[in-house]
Parts: sequence; C-alpha cells; structure tokens
Amino acid sequence: MADPGKIEEPQDAAAPNVSEVEVVDAHSESEAVAAIEAPVERGEPILQVRNLVKHFPLTLGILFKRQVGAVKAVDGISFDLYQGETLGIVGESGCGKSTVAKLLMNLERATAGEIFYKGQDITKLSGRAMKAVRRNIQMVFQDPYTSLNPRMTVGDIIGEPFDIHPEVAPKGDRRRKVQELLDVVGLNPEYINRYPHQFSGGQRQRIGIARGLALNPEVIICDEPVSALDVSVQAQVINLMERLQDEFNLSYIFIAHDLSIVRHISDRVGVMYLGKMAEIGTDEQIYDHPTHPYTQALLSAVPVPDPDAREHRERIILTGDVPSPANPPSGCRFRTRCWKAQDKCAEETPLLAVPQRFQGVDTPAAHESACHFAEEKDVVHAA
Amino acid sequence: MTIIEEAFVPSPRDGEDNGGPLLEVRDLHVEFRTREGVVRAVNGVNYSVSAGETLAVLGESGSGKSVTAQAIMGILDMPPATIPQGEILFRGQDMLKMSAEERRKIRGRRIAMIFQDALSSLNPVLSVGYQLGEMFRVHQGLSKKDAKAKAIELMDRVKIPAAAARISDYPHQFSGGMRQRIMIAMALALEPDLIIADEPTTALDVTVQAQVMDLLAELQREYNMGLILITHDLGVVADVADKIAVMYAGRIVERAPVHELYKRPAHPYTRGLLDSIPRLDQKGQELYAIKGLPPNLLHVPDGCAFNPRCPRAEDVCRTEVPALLGITAQDGTELVGRASACHFRKETIDG
Repeated sequence: MADPGKIEEPQDAAAPNVSEVEVVDAHSESEAVAAIEAPVERGEPILQVRNLVKHFPLTLGILFKRQVGAVKAVDGISFDLYQGETLGIVGESGCGKSTVAKLLMNLERATAGEIFYKGQDITKLSGRAMKAVRRNIQMVFQDPYTSLNPRMTVGDIIGEPFDIHPEVAPKGDRRRKVQELLDVVGLNPEYINRYPHQFSGGQRQRIGIARGLALNPEVIICDEPVSALDVSVQAQVINLMERLQDEFNLSYIFIAHDLSIVRHISDRVGVMYLGKMAEIGTDEQIYDHPTHPYTQALLSAVPVPDPDAREHRERIILTGDVPSPANPPSGCRFRTRCWKAQDKCAEETPLLAVPQRFQGVDTPAAHESACHFAEEKDVVHAA
Repeated sequence: MTIIEEAFVPSPRDGEDNGGPLLEVRDLHVEFRTREGVVRAVNGVNYSVSAGETLAVLGESGSGKSVTAQAIMGILDMPPATIPQGEILFRGQDMLKMSAEERRKIRGRRIAMIFQDALSSLNPVLSVGYQLGEMFRVHQGLSKKDAKAKAIELMDRVKIPAAAARISDYPHQFSGGMRQRIMIAMALALEPDLIIADEPTTALDVTVQAQVMDLLAELQREYNMGLILITHDLGVVADVADKIAVMYAGRIVERAPVHELYKRPAHPYTRGLLDSIPRLDQKGQELYAIKGLPPNLLHVPDGCAFNPRCPRAEDVCRTEVPALLGITAQDGTELVGRASACHFRKETIDG
C-alpha cells in the first residue's frame, strides 16, 4: 500500500474540510481510555478519517491461495465529522459507502489509512481502549427485519449492550433503563417482552435506534436507516432521529441514497463514487452549487415530485453502469461515464480539493471537488 | 437497423379499437383466505387505461396495488386468493369470465408485466437469450434459430450494448439496470397493448433509474402502449404519469390528473404524503409526518380506513365508508377526472 503520509500532504494543503489531527499520544491503556472518555466541544472534530483504504483481495485456488487482484471498495478517502453535526454520505450502490461505515465501526480492518476518534487512531487500538471506542460509536442498520434477532425479546435486544458494558447500567437497573429507552424512541414501555415480529417496519427501526442509543454513544453511524420503510413512516423516523440528536448531543454519519432526505438531515454532504470522495461540502454547496459532473448527474437524475417541472427540467442521463471496483478506470474514476472527459482525466487522478478557479473566491462553489474541469452548474433549480 | 425497425412497427390496431379504454377494472375485490381470517386486499377498485396513456397507481406496501395488477394479469395464486366480485374488461371483454386458454392468449401477447426484482424474476440457470426467445417459440412457434435472432433484435431495442455477444450470458452476469432492461425486452417481445410495470425501478440507483424510465417512456410512445405504473415514489410518478390513482388499504382514495394531484390534493392521505417530502425551505424544521401506521388488513378500521391517522377525522369518518365521488369546484363545475373518497373532500381540496 502507498505510504499514507505521502498522500496526505498535498490534500491537507488545499483542504479546509480536513483539519489538523491532534494525535493524542497515549502511553498506557488507561491514558487512551481517558482520552476517549474526554468530552469534545461542539464544533470540534470528533472523528477524523485520513486516506482510508479498504481492498478486498480476490484470490484464486483453494489450498495455495494466490491473490489475483483486489476489489478497491474504499480507495483513499478523508473527511472530518464534527461534534453535533450530521455528515451525509451519498452514492450509488457499490461506491463503498457501507464499507466506510463498517470501517468506522472497526468491523472491518482497514487496509491502510487512519481513523482518529478524539485523536486516537482506532485502527490500531485494542483491549480496553478499543472497547471504550466501540461504546461511543454505535450503528443503526438498514434492514430492521434482519438486524433484530427474532428469538430475543425487545428487552433483551436493547439490553444486550449492557452485558458487554455493565458500567453503563448496573444489573438491577437494566429493565428500567430499557423501558426508558423505549419511551425515548416513541414506543410503549410495556412492549418490553414482545418479539420483533410483533412490530411493523417503522417500529422495528425504532427498536434498532433504541439499541444504538443504549450505551449513550457520541457518534451514531446510520446506514440507510429509512430506505426499507414505507414513505409515510420515513418522515416519522427522520423526525425521531433529529430530535434525538438535539436531546443527546449526537453526531451522525448518515449514509443513504435518497438525496432529498440526506439534504434535509445533513449539515455537510459527501458524494462518493467508486471508492473515492468526488465532492464534499455543506448541503447548500453540494445541492445548489455542485461542481463535480457526477454530483450534477446524480442530482439531475433524482425524480422531482413536481409534474410541472418535467417538461423543462434539464436532465443529465449518464450512459452505462458503474465500472467494477476490482478494475477501476485509470485517472479519474468517473471519466468513463463523464461527458467532459479528456485525455488528462485518464492520466491524472484529480485530487479532492477546492478547484483552482474558485480558490480565494468567496463563492459557494469554492468547496472540495475532485474534478480537473470543475464547473458550477445548478441542476436542481435549472428551468 | 432498418430491418429491426421494420420488424417492430406496431401492427395497426384499428378494427378492434372500439373507442373505449384499453383496460377497465370495475369494482374489483380480491380476498385472501388465511388462518387468521379473511384479508380483503382489494376492496372495490375502479380504474381504466387507454392506449398511449400512463396510469400511476400510488400506494404503500399492503395497499393492494400489486394484488390488483396480479389479478389483471391472472397470476394470483387461487387459492388462497379469491375474486368474489368485479370485472376486468380488456377491450370490452371481461377477462374474469374467459377460459384459461383465452386468458393465456392475452397474457404476454396483449398485456405484459415487468416485475420489480429482475434477478429473482429471471431464471438463473438459463441464458437470457433462451429466456427472451421463449416468448417467440411458445407464442409464435418460431424455430430456435429465428427466436435467437429475434432475441438479439430485442436486446438491441432496449439498448443493451453488444447484444449479439451477450445473448448467451446468464442473468447474474448483467448489472441491475441491464437485467431490468432484459425484463422490459421480455415484456415488449410480442408488442403488447398494455404493460403493467410493478415498481420497475425501485431496486435501481437513481442514475440507472433515470435511464430505465426514459427507455420505458420512449418505447411506450413508439408503440402507443398503455402503461400501468405501480410505485410508491412520488418523484417518479410526477415525471411520467398522465393520471394517478392513490390506493390505501385496498381502496382507491383519490384519482386525479397528474398536475392537479400535486397542486391540490383532495384526500388527507395524499396531502400527507406530499407534505412529508422534505422541501428546501423546511430545512432544520420537523418534517410533516402522517402519524400512526398503515392498517393491518385483517383489522381494517371501521368507516374510512384512514381515519385513525387523519388530522381531519370526525365522527362520520369512523362509521361511514366514504365513496369515491367526483369533486366540484367552488363555482359548481365538475373537475374533470378527479375523485376523492373523503367525507370532507371539498374542504381538503380548498385547503
């Protein structure tokens, strides 16, 4: 793997999105735990991802496995998550957004790169320090039908985290704690002895959220939390998540493919394509002033619930499919579907940085975009 | 290419054109007999589609939108399903009274269906060329060789690149968007008069969804087909539909031309759905959410099925089922093509 330090420098130079990492040198486990438990001020970075890479090896042979290639699911992405904010990550299936979620949870080992949680690189932690991190970063899954064990009661599901982290709730106190959590997510506390099948999809997602909240985490990673729900129920769950964010001072990473919901809930949005971050900025910068052609195509392809718009809306219809991440195109990964692609795009990988033409200019278009020919184009309001 | 175009010029369909709608569903009821009781999945649905027209059937899961489509296609599992009442008129003939043989002649040839999940709708152990060619071999008695040639034409038609080279590939070798194109090709094979598309793009990414919807609209124009689009996506509906039927708990609760529905919904459920779409100026505020859950079809509430979730519900809503009736404007004129099943339809439409 490439030396992560080497790539970092040019990116840091032009990237205000990516702030300085204050690495906490913990000499002992208890120092590390203390650093993890320390509070973070609102607006300070809580999670800093630097050049994160995850390659899944492709092997051949049964006994003597030879590596014949790698699926480059995540290929060098960097971003910050600030305390109290919601960072939306959008992209098509196969762009690596769920792999990012698993890496942040340390459910997958990163091939290279670092994830700093309050200055501690969680890819290198172990033992008590790792356990403390795990308590503070929780996840809400996409499918509320398969992410709840059908043989456990709701009380057991929500209370299970307390078995691993008994310091959060002493044994005698658990039942009360679980009922409190049920109440917080808007379910009847008397349902504690019911099984998941007795609930509807939206209610199950609330159970999943209650489980995520059980250990008073600081960061919740939501991987498509509403896409499996009925439209009339989606709004309920989104409202609940926003309310909980204010109430418990949570930071969210919100992964989804529904761009209008991401815009509603996010403070900043990152657009991923084939394992790389194509563009990142505030919701206004991304939605109203996109400069990356992929973001523009993605936004223009979203069906707008307004029949009057259909006659005069400009739509960019991309040709072809997303290339295989096992064999991504050289240079810019989007070039095979891009209408602006030139020779330069095949030779040179564009860095995620504020495009040169917008540098020093005070415009919403001046945000990071990984395109050689970044150009502002308002596709949402185009009439 | 010229040969292909020729082969696909839609045959003139006059002579059988009686001026009426292509398909008309009248008071259709579908019930499922289950151990827990009778589930009334479809409860008196009426709608019609003409040639060249797109009807969008909008509804959440369990609203009966797919069951209605399956009843039209005649692919409901009976039992447990029964159709106690209703008519499905295709060009004026009631399909429910036809023999199995007659229905087979319509299915595929005159009415075709596109399913949501292309991967599970295609046979994984047969090549796509074989599956596409099957339409021609079974319905038109073509030889294997001719059927294969036709299959290649079809794949070209739905813009699958290098069709001739990919004809012997298996479904898993295609991407999601390409598989959905194959489903569309299969539905188009015999140039049907009507296509029923059941959530055709739900499983696809937005960029691919745009491609597939574009293709579907283009082919529809070309062949002047009727299209019933079943979906829950208000965005997709706004893009392609001519008229809309909104379903809730087995009933149509509102019917309207597309522009009208988005401008002035006449049923609280439709209004709630439209209001719960995140809008730019609502950033940072709470989203409007319809409270409660869709009803369990075993225990549909008395009166209007939407009454427990409705902000406007009054006593009459809990006792009396509202009929789907036309709406008159404030000046007394009937609004064309509009109907709503709400006791307070007038109050709702006027805000």
